[in-house]
Amino acid sequence: MEDKKEELAKTSGDNDPRIIAFVCNWCTYSGADLAGTSRMKYADNVRVIKLPCSGRIDPMFIVEAFKKGAKGVLISGCHPGDCHYISGNYHSRRKYAIFRNLLGFLGVDLNRVEFSWVSASEGNKWVHIINEFTDKIKSLKNGSNDIFKK
Amino acid sequence: MSRIGVFVCWCGSNIAGTVDVEKVRDEASKIPGVVSAVDYKYMCSDPGQNSLRNVIKEKNLTGVVLAACSPHMHENTFRKAAIKEGLNPYFVEIANIREQVSWVHDDKERATSKAVDLMTMMVEKVKRDRSIDDVKVPLHKKTLVIGGGISGIQAALDIANGGVEVLLVEKEPSIGGRMIQLDETFPTLDCSSCIMTPKMVEVNQHPNIKLYTYSEVTDVSGYIGNFKIKIKKKARSVVEKDCTGCGNCWNVCPMHKNVKSEFNVNLSERTAIYVPFPQAVPLIPALDRAVCLHFKKGGKCVKCYEACGPKCIDFNLQDEIVEETVGAIVAATGYDLIENSLYGEYGYGKYKDVVSGLQFERLLSASGPTEGLVKRPSDGATPKTIVFIQCVGSRDPEKGVPYCSKVCCMYTAKHAKLFAHKVHGSQSYVFYIDIRATSKGYEEFVRGTMEQDGAIYLRGRVSRIYEDEGKLIIKGADTLSGNQVEIAADMVVLATGVIPKKGSDKVAQMLGISYDKYGFYTESHPKLRPTESSTAGIFLAGMAQGPRDIPESVVSGSAAASKILGLFSKDEYEVEGTIASVNEATCVACFYCRRVCAYNAISGKDIKDRSGKLIKVVANVNPGLCVGCGACVNACFSKTIDVKGFMDDQIYAEIRSLSV
Ligand SMILES: Cc1cc2nc3c(=O)[nH]c(=O)nc-3n(C[C@H](O)[C@H](O)[C@H](O)COP(=O)(O)OP(=O)(O)OC[C@H]3O[C@@H](n4cnc5c(N)ncnc54)[C@H](O)[C@@H]3O)c2cc1C
Ligand code: SF4
Ligand code: SF4
Ligand code: FES
Repeated sequence: MEDKKEELAKTSGDNDPRIIAFVCNWCTYSGADLAGTSRMKYADNVRVIKLPCSGRIDPMFIVEAFKKGAKGVLISGCHPGDCHYISGNYHSRRKYAIFRNLLGFLGVDLNRVEFSWVSASEGNKWVHIINEFTDKIKSLKNGSNDIFKK
Repeated sequence: MSRIGVFVCWCGSNIAGTVDVEKVRDEASKIPGVVSAVDYKYMCSDPGQNSLRNVIKEKNLTGVVLAACSPHMHENTFRKAAIKEGLNPYFVEIANIREQVSWVHDDKERATSKAVDLMTMMVEKVKRDRSIDDVKVPLHKKTLVIGGGISGIQAALDIANGGVEVLLVEKEPSIGGRMIQLDETFPTLDCSSCIMTPKMVEVNQHPNIKLYTYSEVTDVSGYIGNFKIKIKKKARSVVEKDCTGCGNCWNVCPMHKNVKSEFNVNLSERTAIYVPFPQAVPLIPALDRAVCLHFKKGGKCVKCYEACGPKCIDFNLQDEIVEETVGAIVAATGYDLIENSLYGEYGYGKYKDVVSGLQFERLLSASGPTEGLVKRPSDGATPKTIVFIQCVGSRDPEKGVPYCSKVCCMYTAKHAKLFAHKVHGSQSYVFYIDIRATSKGYEEFVRGTMEQDGAIYLRGRVSRIYEDEGKLIIKGADTLSGNQVEIAADMVVLATGVIPKKGSDKVAQMLGISYDKYGFYTESHPKLRPTESSTAGIFLAGMAQGPRDIPESVVSGSAAASKILGLFSKDEYEVEGTIASVNEATCVACFYCRRVCAYNAISGKDIKDRSGKLIKVVANVNPGLCVGCGACVNACFSKTIDVKGFMDDQIYAEIRSLSV
């Protein structure tokens, strides 16, 4: 185990990346809570920032997160049709689709931004997403950590 | 200057087993602004809450962070404790170190460092919290019910019996809706008008119900507790208060040949001045100006006027607009049937003896055009063989609608049963896809139609119907036996599916509630809030929400009523204060915010100077409508609108606190 960690540190990028997740209160936050209530285990790199709805997630939050050293940013809300506020997730999806290109233009490795739907009953999906995303970020080359080249 | 208290909960070993709570406490005490940091075994226990209250009082705290279980568990508990010490409840924040830390991680050191991060984040957030007052909206205790079918009637009666005034608006000349068109009703075969008419009369006589028939709601504005509505009373040409319902007018009206009766679904005619059916409530005729000779021939015909004893016919009556204020609304606009003409292969419209299920109800009904004797429309002969076709339009995404209309399996079984009862020695055939009979007594009912009443059920579709020597020839498949079948019948009844009432989409737009792609109103939550619309204060009932039978329509009407009586049990409606607010100084009135707001919560507000001159227009958030979702915040380019409790500066502070 220890060996493997060592090896990872050598071969891949940042081995302990900070990941920030912006999630809505109603679905994803509750899904993450459910993972806890079910005592599922997942990577501890993620820090969750709770918002009322994914529609409240300003694309500039993502930029700010990267500026403050996050290596990955996750955005997650209710499934299409399930938003507690009717259409907030559609707004965020549309905004995100446009903003993603802009992030790419700014030089952000788009592998570092992930968008997902996690419902309040999908504790296992939350675990899966966090683990996969953490692994993915770990596997990215260090160079692309340089989100905003000075 | 902030004076923050941090309380780290052990939750027994639930947290303390995986997170070094003392370390979290020590880290907390190092954060500028934190004046007290303690840890405790069970913060949510009474002693835990008391210690929270004591520290708030002793240290004169301006904010509290609990590093504990999920805010969905005890945020309210701690907020209530804070209120008792005079601290605004929105100065209480929770760092979720149980569900999202101790229960999901194993490595104590790393879990502790995550817990410290989450705690720090919340300290930074709470420093930027503002006091938020919950908004109290006064309630105008009066209800508008739109639609006088069984669901609207049930809602109106329950609300009125609860002591609240009701305005019931029905666009037809009489209330009753579809149910009063029905003959006997499944699954118990009670006669529809026997159980419906007393309710209609009760509505009319109820001191708390004001009935507006032949009327429509034309405008709705405002919000929960305070909707301003306009009701258009269409010119009836009859002075309602003088009319005795004697019928002299419609008996002399010469227009009795050309106008099809809507009530009898075109199977008979009505006059120009008419009541839709004899037990109409109110029993006051309406004069249909589109067909009345007086209006078409320049005032020549005045026969009804002459026949009317109290002289209450007034050809000059105008539409009248009534303005009212109500605190809650029930939308119960009911349903229509899918156009049968979409199914040319069934010959509807071409062959007189191919009728819809609703027409067959009228042919069965004692108050119908055949006085309850089953006679076929073409020649009045008694049919001996009838073929019923289920799922006409339903479950047919290509031509009709993909959903199941829910009532057709049952009413077809009822039709076949009543036909067997009324015409001895007759035979029914029912083509079906499958039988859905899931409520109490329903399966037994269908079984009875098959076993006692001898209806032959054929699983399969009909491909063609044509006429041959006075018979209708039905060609179809019986997929269970694998055979093609050909039946010579005297009549065909199409179990046509249901769709939302024509114009219900307009009603939804007027009310600002959402509806699905078919036009059925959507619930605020499909399971947990099936009675509420997406807009606070507007409730739903009956078929307008989707296919349902009478018992379900009644239940939904009563449910809406109980919600409204509950709402009105207080004088004010309390809305969480975490809603959007506008900085009027920076608003440029682009109204991008309004475009993304799914709740119609944003309107324009005029800013005037002292002399009353308009200076500028700004966005204004209606506290009765805003739910604080925050969609508007991101739409605003000038950073003018923000949501309390999740302000931009707070979220940026949270992100910054996580710098690495
Ligand atoms: C052929 C057939 C047979 C049936 N048999 C049975 C049975 O035996 N047992 C059973 O349980 N169910 C039966 N049903 C189902 C039953 O008819 C419905 O469940 C019930 O009528 C629904 O009532 P409602 O009040 O929701 O709608 P409706 O009865 O449609 O009433 C809605 C009312 O609102 C009015 N309205 C609409 N729009 C407006 C507006 N904009 N402004 C003002 N007023 C408006 C309409 O004029 C109408 O009066 C049958 C249905 C069909 C088609
Ligand atoms: S004659 Fe007059 S009182 Fe009688 S029904 Fe007609 S309008 Fe009413
Ligand atoms: S917070 Fe949501 S509901 Fe309130 S005004 Fe903004 S978009 Fe509308
Ligand atoms: S509330 Fe979950 S995305 Fe809107």
